[in-house]
Amino acid sequence: MSLRKNILDLRRRKEEILQGGGEAAIQKQTAMGKLTARERIEVILDKASFHEYDLFVEHQSKDFGMDKKVLNSDGVIIGTGTIYGEPIAIYAQDFTVAGGSLGLMHARKITKIMDHALKMRIPLIGINDSGGARIQEGVDSLAGYGEIFFRNTQASGVIPQLSVILGPCAGGAVYSPALTDFVFVVDNISKMFITGPQVVKTVLGEEVTMEDLGGAKVHATTSGNAHFFAESEQECFEQIKKLLTFIPWNNSNKAKSFPAKKPKSEYKIEKILPTDPTQPYDVRNIIKAVTDNSDFLEIQKDFAANIVIGFGRIEGDTVGFVANQPLVLAGVLDCDSADKAGRFIRFCDAFNIPIVTFEDMPGYLPGVEQEHMGVIRHGAKVLYAYSEATVPKITVILRKAYGGGYIAMNSRHLKADFMFAWPTAEIAVMGPEGAANIIFKKEIKNAENPEEMRKLKVVEYREKFANPYVAASKGYIDSVIEPKETRNLLKHCIEVSGDKTVMTPAKKHGIPPF
Amino acid sequence: MEFLHSKILVMTEEFDKFEIDGVVYKTMPTKKWKERKNWEKPNPNNLYSHIPGTIVGIDVKEGQTVKKGDLLIILQAMKMDNKIIAPFNAKIKKICVELNSQIPKSELMIVLEEL
Repeated sequence: MSLRKNILDLRRRKEEILQGGGEAAIQKQTAMGKLTARERIEVILDKASFHEYDLFVEHQSKDFGMDKKVLNSDGVIIGTGTIYGEPIAIYAQDFTVAGGSLGLMHARKITKIMDHALKMRIPLIGINDSGGARIQEGVDSLAGYGEIFFRNTQASGVIPQLSVILGPCAGGAVYSPALTDFVFVVDNISKMFITGPQVVKTVLGEEVTMEDLGGAKVHATTSGNAHFFAESEQECFEQIKKLLTFIPWNNSNKAKSFPAKKPKSEYKIEKILPTDPTQPYDVRNIIKAVTDNSDFLEIQKDFAANIVIGFGRIEGDTVGFVANQPLVLAGVLDCDSADKAGRFIRFCDAFNIPIVTFEDMPGYLPGVEQEHMGVIRHGAKVLYAYSEATVPKITVILRKAYGGGYIAMNSRHLKADFMFAWPTAEIAVMGPEGAANIIFKKEIKNAENPEEMRKLKVVEYREKFANPYVAASKGYIDSVIEPKETRNLLKHCIEVSGDKTVMTPAKKHGIPPF
Repeated sequence: MEFLHSKILVMTEEFDKFEIDGVVYKTMPTKKWKERKNWEKPNPNNLYSHIPGTIVGIDVKEGQTVKKGDLLIILQAMKMDNKIIAPFNAKIKKICVELNSQIPKSELMIVLEEL
């Protein structure tokens, strides 16, 4: 054979495999509003940057008539490419080939690209669209999942791992996304569950649709499994690319710096917060009043909205924000919000992202339900994550910092590097009303007009204790600042702590309360 | 407020009063918070299912007296036969489930009367 013939033969072979699951299956995929696996990769990556590996891999299963079946590329596409010119490892399951089912070779392809990503210290994007284990391959497919989970765990905290759910993702398949850093879902397309509606019905007698059991909305609002929710695949890909601008490529680098920009003028920092501590406002406006171009990428926006987490930039550098949200449930910490914040803090710490905490919260959510759900161990996640973090940690107390909340929200005592308070800050063991009722119980009871006396004592307590100056006099707060100084101070703190070094006791690893 | 234009309706989008430590805050309750179950003191005479499943055996009749440890019901769930036994000496006041019926979690199965 001449070289020309060899090349033509190669091209013919490639073309055949690039058909994926064939015309009919592709049409079915498109009819559901879904792109094909290869299209998805092409849209996410820089144009023409994708290089595919293992195109010619075939399954080796012989049972149940599998020996007569050809599954192109064994139902998964792997390779490397670039995003914004930076290298990325990616895999995408191809639903048109045997429903994207995971067999031994399929799993080996995924673990190959995972190993590659970890070795090269580049982020990994996994696009999940699979019916689950390939039952014909038996225990081999289970082994495949296990090998993937192991690598997810090994790579955790070394390279960023992003999971994109663009189809069904059931049973064992959901645990790889759960082990990764960020999970993206798309309305009506993403489905995630351990056991599907059919099993739920036969075993438990509960009737539920796929959407209500594990649709995108459920995971974005109720379970907290998803970090980003989009209405279309296109929007989802834009979210992925936006997130990647904020995070570093691996744990020995910092996130890329961008040219500094001023916050937008419509976010006037002195006009957002009501001084009355019982009145709500949207804390995200305060974040936007300090970030470059008022740009804030919120994570888990619709889950446990009483705490706000996400990325922004200050003078070009990425910062992770954690802020109580007085707009929702008065900004209390509860099981879900503690879980949400704790995990985010650990991500920032693993990837060299300074953490800025905006505090305004009355404490932990009271109630039998919360106590029985384990608010103690969930709440402890926040304490653990802040205490453990060695990246620069800055706290600004905006208004309320009561009780356990004061300690938990990155206090000086958990080794915050910088502690600021606005003059509106109320730092106390509890709210003035509750405190006055306890401390002045007798005086109030014995007074001629108990209600008058109570009000008087509340005012007295607020003036004496519920302010930033008691804590500042003890050095627990470094400075009481004017709101408009906030952005410049944050910038200063980040500059000062560029080479922050902390010695932690030698250990294999800690045991966080999860 | 941008919040009110969230793509997914998670908030009741209404401000409500919310009390913590004697202070009343104006804030938005979440759906989860609003839909939470209020706690009730458990009544040891009421036996509830601890797991959803199918009743595959009823070994007692209403009005019958049983001793602590006697088998009352078999609740099949997750491919296991769970024996529901009498927690104390009691009279069976009421049987609330039928043989071969599928029941959810926390369904009242039997009402006892402690002897």
